[in-house]
Amino acid sequence: MKKDEVPQDKRIIHGEDNSLAKVVYVTNQEGKYETSISEGWEAENLAMSQAWDEIDEKIEATRQKVLAGELSPIAYYMEKALMTPASLARYAGFWRFFVSRHLKPAGFKKLTDEKLQRYASVLGVAVDDLKHFSGK
Amino acid sequence: MIVKDFKHQQSAHCENGVTLSLLKHYGIELTEPLIFGIGAGLFFTHLPFVKLNGVPGTSFRIMPGYIFKKVCKELGVKMKVQKFSSPEKATRALDEALANNHPVGLQSSVYFLPYFPPAWRFHFNAHNLIVYGKEGDEYLVSDPIMETATRLGAADLQKARFAKGFPAPNGKMYYPVQAYGKANLPAAIIKGMKKTCFFMLSSPPPLFGYHGMVYLGKKIKKYPEKLGGRKAALYIGSIVRMQEEIGTGGGGFRFLYAAFLQEAAAILQDDRFLTMSGEMTSIGDEWRNFAFSCARVMKDRSGSLSSYEELGNMMIALGAREKDFFTRLKQML
Repeated sequence: MKKDEVPQDKRIIHGEDNSLAKVVYVTNQEGKYETSISEGWEAENLAMSQAWDEIDEKIEATRQKVLAGELSPIAYYMEKALMTPASLARYAGFWRFFVSRHLKPAGFKKLTDEKLQRYASVLGVAVDDLKHFSGK
Repeated sequence: MIVKDFKHQQSAHCENGVTLSLLKHYGIELTEPLIFGIGAGLFFTHLPFVKLNGVPGTSFRIMPGYIFKKVCKELGVKMKVQKFSSPEKATRALDEALANNHPVGLQSSVYFLPYFPPAWRFHFNAHNLIVYGKEGDEYLVSDPIMETATRLGAADLQKARFAKGFPAPNGKMYYPVQAYGKANLPAAIIKGMKKTCFFMLSSPPPLFGYHGMVYLGKKIKKYPEKLGGRKAALYIGSIVRMQEEIGTGGGGFRFLYAAFLQEAAAILQDDRFLTMSGEMTSIGDEWRNFAFSCARVMKDRSGSLSSYEELGNMMIALGAREKDFFTRLKQML
């Protein structure tokens, strides 16, 4: 890549500027390497925003399922924290098998306050958010 | 407490940057390309069974931690590396090291680092940063990806150091304790090149080195058929992200390696490496082309067979080029 070809494409994701000024290695007019700063490149911006579209859709689909009573609120906040049942199990210190149960409304109802608190602190929400899911 | 005379420096890649700044603090002045080359950082691998967010993993570099270990070994620097069973012990050890005037390298998860833009915060657990001081409840952080040094609350840092999942940092921290023997830079450079040639040419097929590119190229051709247009676009999008976004200095570390060859030519006083550097730059440009073509296909979203066929062929051709390149580089050593 030549120095005067370094792209400076702003990265707009979720309507906000998510650009990060990164070091790139480029050649100058004499063909010697030096560093330059790139705010972003169209191709990589597109790849990242595409990945977020996929995540956002999954979060929204999960939200709908929670409202419809097919999944528990933990499932929604888990998706929002970009976690999987496996990683949530490790963070919260439960067996994966039990996490799968807690993701369903029937298993969720049986959770004690102490266990709810463990989920809440891992997911960064209040216990009340889990107990009374507003759908926000 | 603040470590005296520590200077923040921005780098393309976090592990290079941490190695660079830590060694510099102890009087070993190198550049990022030299670290990357001596550390044999260049690689290629496609791991279909290691999935990140449901997408198979592709990497343009050697496994995390290798560059650091190799550079220290080649230059005769003894490191102290520790992992911890509990966050409390980890915090205590970090504070002790800082009190002894050691800047400390830490493995962390990007997800818990609030100074990254929100869209960058994925559960990526192999990020490296340096802590060089503590004031009250805040640590002074030199993250090589960032333009400037920054601060991080103790609670956030603890979460980042004890992220779960693969690869789990377990509070890993490291710093040089002793430089023994005299570092032989030319020898280290040659050894680094030899290692990269070995990794690129002689790794077992089909997943690693140039084999990996051919393997992935063939897979790309079948993506639209096997996955449908949408998922296929996500899969090639993840290749582009690994190539450009994850601090590679552009072209999946290929430009960084070309810069290394250029510096090597000057240090070894051998113009053949200058020619090789030019060739590596052109390979890097071809990788940029590949990413650009991927973007075009992603935008289209129709998942047409012919465009994926083209992408696959580009990747296979790149594999052949890199095979040829490293075969010739090996003969020079």
